[in-house]
Amino acid sequence: MTNPSEPGPGLEGGANGGIQPGRYYGRGIPYLPIEGYPGKLIAFEGTDGVGRTTQIQLLREWLEVKGYGVVETGWTRSPLMQPTIELAKSSNTLNKLTFVLLYATDFADRLEKEIVPALKAGFVVLSDRYIFTAMARAGVRGIDRPWLRSLYGFAIAPHLVFYLNIDVKTLIGRVLEARGMDFWESGMDLKSGDDIYDSFRAYQSKLLREYSSMADEFHFRVVDARRPVDKIQDELRKQVAAFLEPVEKPVEATAAP
Amino acid sequence: MPNSLTDRHEYPGKLFVVEGIDGSGKTTQLGLLAKWLSAEGHRVFVTEWNSSALVKAATKTGKKKNALTPMTFSLLHATDFADRLLYKIIPPLKAGMIVLADRYAYTAFARDVTRGVDRQWVRDLYSFAVRPDLTLYFRVPIDVSLDRLLARRVKLKFYEAGMDLGWSANPVESFRMFQGKVLGEYDRLVEEFGLEVIDAAPSITVQQRLVRTLVTKHVETSHVEAVDDEPL
Repeated sequence: MTNPSEPGPGLEGGANGGIQPGRYYGRGIPYLPIEGYPGKLIAFEGTDGVGRTTQIQLLREWLEVKGYGVVETGWTRSPLMQPTIELAKSSNTLNKLTFVLLYATDFADRLEKEIVPALKAGFVVLSDRYIFTAMARAGVRGIDRPWLRSLYGFAIAPHLVFYLNIDVKTLIGRVLEARGMDFWESGMDLKSGDDIYDSFRAYQSKLLREYSSMADEFHFRVVDARRPVDKIQDELRKQVAAFLEPVEKPVEATAAP
Repeated sequence: MPNSLTDRHEYPGKLFVVEGIDGSGKTTQLGLLAKWLSAEGHRVFVTEWNSSALVKAATKTGKKKNALTPMTFSLLHATDFADRLLYKIIPPLKAGMIVLADRYAYTAFARDVTRGVDRQWVRDLYSFAVRPDLTLYFRVPIDVSLDRLLARRVKLKFYEAGMDLGWSANPVESFRMFQGKVLGEYDRLVEEFGLEVIDAAPSITVQQRLVRTLVTKHVETSHVEAVDDEPL
């Protein structure tokens, strides 16, 4: 149980040794060792309105029925930073670099106070967005990409990253049907024009390109999000089961007559 | 990754920084420097570490509940610094003014690493900062700084004394341990970033004379030795 169960690709680890699930991406947090924790971190990425939250709820139900302890975490939900971020969004005075750092602060708070304790206690942590949305948004706004990667070097590499992939046209239809376009999701802060539709289209296209450019680097499992909800859920369950079962059920397998 | 903290800036203005632990006398020295430069006809802008309005709110919430971890402490100060750099420091530099900064990224390097944050990570974090034209580091032994602070009846600040680390329940003892390690980190920075060390033990006037001599190399002034001999 307490043995490190990750068979990671390179044994050396560290920044250049490739990504090892359950370890820090980069320099990490020296005072917070995380190796060998029994929990699993599963991240769900994808742009606004792609259906992440719905999928996570369904997956949580399924996992809990199977007997797994589940903890959910989201983006900008930390009690420390939420008021500040909301204030910043409403006042529109923050520059993009400050925004990036506020989000990173928020993430650090959640990582140390929610994610790491849950992993230590053996939970399956379902993260509604992870660092990739923050990096995609910042990248689109012209923040230096190597700097972003170094900044988020304290993040833990998830065991699985599901990327819900969609095209802009389908996304637009879905967002308009569901709730309409929102100022931030349309990238209106980039001031590329007053038309929210045009802005949404241009901004989301850039975001999608930014996500795709990270897919290989961060081992995304790309899921076609244009399909019906239950089809997507089936695929997620299949992949999650394949990952969790061999780890969690070796005792059962040998006990069978 | 471009690193503007180590590359010379091209703004017409000048950025001078004072660094040192609490009780090193750096703020007094910065005040005297500002007076002199203004009297010399320069346009001067003074900025302090941790003074931007937006982040103050979050820092307060965090401090009240003692909720900041070394990482969130570090990131919060970087956020604050980014805000200040882009709104308060760069515009006057572009306008050809002299910016005097009471503490700079080096404070973060010294304190955050002492708190357990990765040394390289925090340096990369601040690579967007502008490299100062001159950084004066006021080096003072712990006992001298403590004597000065206690004589002024200054209540030792929670984070400044490193109380969040739980090394000692006694604020004075905690300050001594924490700032002792901070001094060690500063010593590293002297070489790495070329800080000018000023011995903070001699009189205010003697130190100020040295400060003005060092600054004269970077700005045009009429007379160098213009220090009144009466201490403040």
